[in-house]
Amino acid sequence: MFLSMNWISDFVDLSGLDKLELINKFSLSTAEVENDIAFRGSDISGIVVAEIKSVENHPDSKKLHLLKVDAGEAELVDVVCGAPNVRVGMKTAFAKVGAKIGEIEIAPRKLAGYLSCGMCCSEKELGISDNNDGIMDICEDVPNGTDLKSIYEIDDIVFEVDNKSLTNRPDLWGHYGIAREFAAISGRELKPLDVVDLGAYNELPKLDLKIEDPLCYRYSCLRFENISKHVSPMNMRIRLYYCGMRALNLLADLTNYLMLEMGQPMHAFDSRKVDKIRIKRFDKPFSFKTLDGAERDIDENTLMICNGDTPVAIAGIMGGLDSEIVDDTSSLTLESATFDASSIRKSTVRLGHRTDASQRYEKSLDPEMTVPAIARFVKLLLDIDSGAVVTSALTDEYAFKYDDIELSFNKAFVDRYTGIDIENDRIVKTLTALGFGVENKASDFKVKVPSWRATKDVTMKADIIEEITRIYGYDNFAVNTAAVPLYPVRAEQEKTDEDRIKDILVKRFSLHELHSYVWAYYDEYKALGIDIEPNVELVNATNPNIKTIRKSIVPTQLCQVKYNTAYAPDFGVFEIGRTVEGLNSDNLCDEHKKLAITLFSKTKGMEELYFELRDMLAVIADDIKHEKLTFEKIEEKSSYKHPKNLNAVYCAGIKLGEIGIANAQVSKKIDKKANIVFAEIDVGEFAKIRNAGIAYEEPSRFPEIEIDLSFVSEKFAPIKAEIDAANCPLIKKVSVVDTYTDENGKSITVRTVFSHPEKTLTRDEVMETVDGIIKNLEAKGIALKG
Amino acid sequence: MSEKTAQLKAAFLDALDTADNMEALEKIRVEYLGKKGLVTELLKDMKNLTPEEKKTFGQTVNVLKEEVTDKIAEKREAIKQAEIERENSLMPEFDISVPANLERGSYHPITLVQRQCEEIFKSMGFAVEDYSEIVTDYECFEALNIPKNHPARDMQDTYYLENGQLLKSHTSAAQNAIYKKYKDSLINEGKPIKAIFPGRCFRNEATDACHENTFFQMEGVMVDKNISISNLIFFMKTMLSEVFQKDIKVRLRPGFFPFVEPGFELDISCLICGGEGCASCKHSGWLELCPCGMIHPEVLKAGGIDPEEYTGFAFGLGLTRLAMMKYGVRDIRDLNSGSLKSLSQFTDDK
Repeated sequence: MFLSMNWISDFVDLSGLDKLELINKFSLSTAEVENDIAFRGSDISGIVVAEIKSVENHPDSKKLHLLKVDAGEAELVDVVCGAPNVRVGMKTAFAKVGAKIGEIEIAPRKLAGYLSCGMCCSEKELGISDNNDGIMDICEDVPNGTDLKSIYEIDDIVFEVDNKSLTNRPDLWGHYGIAREFAAISGRELKPLDVVDLGAYNELPKLDLKIEDPLCYRYSCLRFENISKHVSPMNMRIRLYYCGMRALNLLADLTNYLMLEMGQPMHAFDSRKVDKIRIKRFDKPFSFKTLDGAERDIDENTLMICNGDTPVAIAGIMGGLDSEIVDDTSSLTLESATFDASSIRKSTVRLGHRTDASQRYEKSLDPEMTVPAIARFVKLLLDIDSGAVVTSALTDEYAFKYDDIELSFNKAFVDRYTGIDIENDRIVKTLTALGFGVENKASDFKVKVPSWRATKDVTMKADIIEEITRIYGYDNFAVNTAAVPLYPVRAEQEKTDEDRIKDILVKRFSLHELHSYVWAYYDEYKALGIDIEPNVELVNATNPNIKTIRKSIVPTQLCQVKYNTAYAPDFGVFEIGRTVEGLNSDNLCDEHKKLAITLFSKTKGMEELYFELRDMLAVIADDIKHEKLTFEKIEEKSSYKHPKNLNAVYCAGIKLGEIGIANAQVSKKIDKKANIVFAEIDVGEFAKIRNAGIAYEEPSRFPEIEIDLSFVSEKFAPIKAEIDAANCPLIKKVSVVDTYTDENGKSITVRTVFSHPEKTLTRDEVMETVDGIIKNLEAKGIALKG
Repeated sequence: MSEKTAQLKAAFLDALDTADNMEALEKIRVEYLGKKGLVTELLKDMKNLTPEEKKTFGQTVNVLKEEVTDKIAEKREAIKQAEIERENSLMPEFDISVPANLERGSYHPITLVQRQCEEIFKSMGFAVEDYSEIVTDYECFEALNIPKNHPARDMQDTYYLENGQLLKSHTSAAQNAIYKKYKDSLINEGKPIKAIFPGRCFRNEATDACHENTFFQMEGVMVDKNISISNLIFFMKTMLSEVFQKDIKVRLRPGFFPFVEPGFELDISCLICGGEGCASCKHSGWLELCPCGMIHPEVLKAGGIDPEEYTGFAFGLGLTRLAMMKYGVRDIRDLNSGSLKSLSQFTDDK
């Protein structure tokens, strides 16, 4: 919304104050002012009123005229002018030699062979309207040579406030409400609105009006006749233009002017079409032509203004074409009303059409404003067109009145909320300036909220704090830390684990952390041949490719790996992100926090890469929980997982996730020569595992005995199981020192380290245990390598 | 006899001179001092001497023996030393000027900025909370004083799921759960609620260089008996000064958010121009950074906390925006792109 300082100054005397400083304070106390403050009129000077004394056609041009104009100086001035509307006796805006319009300085110059000593200007050239049809036609009876700026408000400071920062302030949608803020900020007084006494028309007949729907809170109207003026005064047109509206005709301009001044939208109907005003909704949808000529679909939830049963306007949004004021309209009915805000908002959304009126109604306008707005309208109309006649009494139905709001609080409440000491006098002064009724006894306050703040905006004590503090100025606050009791803060296990996992992967394994989206990537999955697993779906995403929530991070990570194949021959990426495993029994999403790792390599063998990843997981488990991992083969058909080497990962009896190899059909599409492995771990499950702690064992001072045995076996696990089953306290370490494959199959060389805390072991002492293990393994078909 | 001894000695010294390695030296040692060595051989001549002469000769030979032994030991040391020196001299001089190999892992920039913020608040006794990304309508709106049909719901273009849940549009969605989690210790034990909760948020909108449908915020709340606007300004200013490692000027403007009252928009002096006005701050000298305010009484009530007894502040910091400002990331889409060319640069930043 654009705001004019001239307009504001109608209601509060700001003379002698720095306007920019005030606007800045307004920005900090009320609503954000956009940066581009316009100094309207500052770029034009030397424009005077001049009268055209003679007009001759240019001998060689159809367009140009040769004028002699009286600019109030001793001699008439020769001017060459191309405007079509020149005529003898016309008064116009004249830029004398030396005048400035924007970057141009007017100087005598030859135009089509004739000397021109000045320029007649259009309103557009002066920047006071978008009318460029011809040079300005001035009706004011002023001497030639009068500075145009002395009769018109061309100089103005116009600033813009973002509408979004006014959503909660219905009172700020007009200049009068804004002026109240400037009054409070500057400490100057707000002047009352100049209005007529509508009581003077009480004897006239009332209009036929009935509110038949609770969505209309108040409807006030008045009838006029005999309006003879059709063009608004220049100053009014300039203000409308500066505030972003086009001047149309007097009545339309007046309703717009009132809306910009008081925030009250108004509408004028042709009385011939509207003599039985009913406000209601219809049972069935229908089509309605609005005054912009558009056919609009009206449904049963849209509130309409009707003449009897004939709809004539969409309440609060736009009038109908049929009841619009036309050239031969002699009698008009002025509407000033208030409607249910959310109904207007919903209708606006349904119609897909937002108007200056509807965006005000959406904010919950003050119903107390409808009648003063009419009184102000009549005042302005009669000032402009003294022949206009009011032909009805004020007709006003007030169906819904907001409750009066009174709030009580004390100084201690204010002190506690602000943390500073704002004096009682200052509280009273601020609230009074903002229109609140204030009673203050000692440190107790009783406040009556003004009607224009009581529709939703100010309802409780905390709201009063805002009023006091914003005018006090947040820049003036003393800043203090809080005095609160101190207690230790325990970190959340999951969060700590997450941080440590990241550190291990980045610092020890040189992986890169990436982020991806929480939904499946349709196009990218398709390109890699990855199926989208059915899961919970989004219902309203504007992007059609955003729909299914992912069950696993791995597919999105594979897409990222594909994107990065040129980055390096070997790299690894990881993400800790969310996945959803369908809905739980409460119909809520079963959300999980997962760690996904993908390794990509063009230089390492698949087995080497796979074990590298396996060891990363093992280090995470050992470092953070001091626990070992175990694995269990998974049989699963998947579009992106390789059928072999897919293993479930367990730790301390809890299933954490899985580790696997990318399915060849996917990895071929990513890079024909690369090996790709992945793992995914549930961080939430991992966090449940207790840290077993470091089990310190004092090293024996006596020598250890190492026994190396080679077994014919495909897997190490059964060998390890038998060694563990021996339950021998002397066994300190079991490791695989070699594997090889020959015609007898695969052999694994296992080194078992024995140690005694108090003596040097002999070979014989440990061989009993070793023989037992060998015997048990042989019983299971695992023989010693011969 | 002594002439013979002298000859032997001279011969020994000559031989020793030519020895330049351990093998040669050992050969000399065996030749002179071995069981059948030349020095031992000298004693064979003694049988023809008088006891008096024997005594003198014996002493002479012993002296020679000692002398030879010492010389050999001396020579051994010299050879050892020469060998070490030769070994040292074989070491080439490296070209240390070749570029260092800096290949290592990297954190996502959001992680770095998030950790910096977490550290600051942890140092002031705030708990770091975590919350789900999918929340209920109640958590995201109702509990935050945003009832159905409230215009504020239009401001949030929210992603809804088929079961009625939604992807959280702001981290404030975690507020209610945080209050409920800590209210008992607040009310019964007098422990103030001090918590931050960073998290991923979603808005159903088209993406461009400045807009993302997935981004990070960090919410912070503090609730106790006397938490004030003055405290709020202090904590915001402190945090931002720590994050940017310089004294940051902040200013508060009224801002409307249904879950705070009074509500503010917090601006910081432009980091690029320091407040003079430049293209980054649209010549205003200020950057809008963080909505905040005093927690709305209805929001406290929904969390089981009596607003007559307790007050608190809340803020929502745009972590994504902060990371972009801090590292000069110009296109917000780079953050979720997964591009290692961009993201591998964020190795660490504490």
